[in-house]
Amino acid sequence: MAQISITVNGKVRKADVEPRLLLTHFLREQLNLTGTHLGCDTSQCGACTVLIDGRSAKSCTIFAVQADGAAVTTIEGLAKDGQLHALQTAFWEEHGLQCGYCTPGMILSAVDLLQKNPKPSEQQIREGISGNYCRCTGYQHIVNAVQRAARG
Amino acid sequence: MISTAFEYQRANSLDEAIKKLQETGGRGKLLAGGHSLVPLMKLRMSEPGILIDIARIPGLAGIREKDGKIEIFAATVHHDVASSALLAEKCPVVAETAGEIGDPQVRNRGTLGGSLAHSDPSADYPAVMLAVDAEIHLKGPKGWRIVKASDFFQDLFTVDLAADEIIGGVQFAAVKSAGYAKLHQRASGYAIVGVAAALDVKGGVITSARLGLTGAGSHATRMTNVEKALAGQPLSAKTIEAAAKIAGEGIKHVNADIHASEEYRRAMIPVFTKRALEKAMARS
Ligand SMILES: Cc1cc2nc3c(=O)[nH]c(=O)nc-3n(C[C@H](O)[C@H](O)[C@H](O)COP(=O)(O)OP(=O)(O)OC[C@H]3O[C@@H](n4cnc5c(N)ncnc54)[C@H](O)[C@@H]3O)c2cc1C
Ligand code: FES
Ligand code: FES
Repeated sequence: MAQISITVNGKVRKADVEPRLLLTHFLREQLNLTGTHLGCDTSQCGACTVLIDGRSAKSCTIFAVQADGAAVTTIEGLAKDGQLHALQTAFWEEHGLQCGYCTPGMILSAVDLLQKNPKPSEQQIREGISGNYCRCTGYQHIVNAVQRAARG
Repeated sequence: MISTAFEYQRANSLDEAIKKLQETGGRGKLLAGGHSLVPLMKLRMSEPGILIDIARIPGLAGIREKDGKIEIFAATVHHDVASSALLAEKCPVVAETAGEIGDPQVRNRGTLGGSLAHSDPSADYPAVMLAVDAEIHLKGPKGWRIVKASDFFQDLFTVDLAADEIIGGVQFAAVKSAGYAKLHQRASGYAIVGVAAALDVKGGVITSARLGLTGAGSHATRMTNVEKALAGQPLSAKTIEAAAKIAGEGIKHVNADIHASEEYRRAMIPVFTKRALEKAMARS
């Protein structure tokens, strides 16, 4: 077992974990933060995306021990004081989701994108979410949502 | 998917990592970004007993200019290479290549050292390291050793790296007139075929050229026949067209898999060689 301490959505979480425990399972099963979805479990689909020290990462491809000492943000940590994050509102208003399975990962990738590039072109948005698959929307409404959030 | 159980250790210096590697007696593996190793462990194609995390070794990440050469340390993540202002100015092909790897999440975690050590037959970095004629700096129990990229990649997932050695970083002379062109495998982003081309140009004449090819064979290789065809020729669309035509000729074994047949890959080698050379010419 290994001792870890991860700041998840602003709260320090300490735990004894098996080194092989994936960050996704730590978040979902030990912290009950089930907004982080496990899709492909093979590093492809991006449903499991979280922010680690502000950068988007696929939590199915990271052992929880690797995030020891880091700050992790999940979809549950985006809203502040009961106010949805601008991207969450934009996804709502632009119908950026259907089944919602890809949405948490999609939004966290978009957070990373807008941090690096606050005014992305449509092409840059498509590249920015290229590590996230959506099986429902055909992506257009997701792109529209990111554009709306970028307009502010 | 859950990997087999392992013991997790973290190293705080290269020497500590080397010592830990030796102590594991062959059961240990280095862990950097984990974006090649973790998927393999989840599939239980790799079952190391001990992982030694080197991702946080102080000073093992970063990019700098030293004695007229560019140095990239091994634990630098792809995103930081892709967005480096120094590389954009001095050697854009390396940043361009890093920006073509996988997707944003992969580029936020994966490292240069991990990519070179793993040497996936479709990885991007090996091609560009060949084109910029990089030196790979390795540290082992007896100290540092320098290997040329052209000697480093040897076979399928096989490089000149001993079990108790670590890649510390790479060094190369900056070259502006260089480009990378890649046929992406649509899902993963890996190169079905990728070509990095670097040209040394003087007074409108190509004095020498280096081309690295990835995705086609068991490991990245130089395309010396194309390099010879370019050397001494005036830099022009015509020269490029003629040289690109012979790209891939003489390569005995070309990969075939679910993504592309051998015939298709062979057909794409000249196409992407031409595109890489055109990019290099545009930057000259
Ligand atoms: C979805 C997905 C898409 C991808 N697409 C691409 C792509 O398009 N192009 C591409 O090139 N790659 C691609 N990759 C691979 C990615 O670039 C990996 O990050 C990289 O190949 C390995 O780097 P790492 O730091 O993650 O290494 P790790 O997975 O941590 O390690 C890989 C191997 O290298 C060894 N190692 C690590 N660091 C060192 C060191 N400093 N010295 C010696 N040995 C070391 C480890 O022991 C291990 O054997 C993709 C990966 C994923 C998951
Ligand atoms: S579940 Fe992690 S990438 Fe699909
Ligand atoms: S909304 Fe269903 S997968 Fe994207």
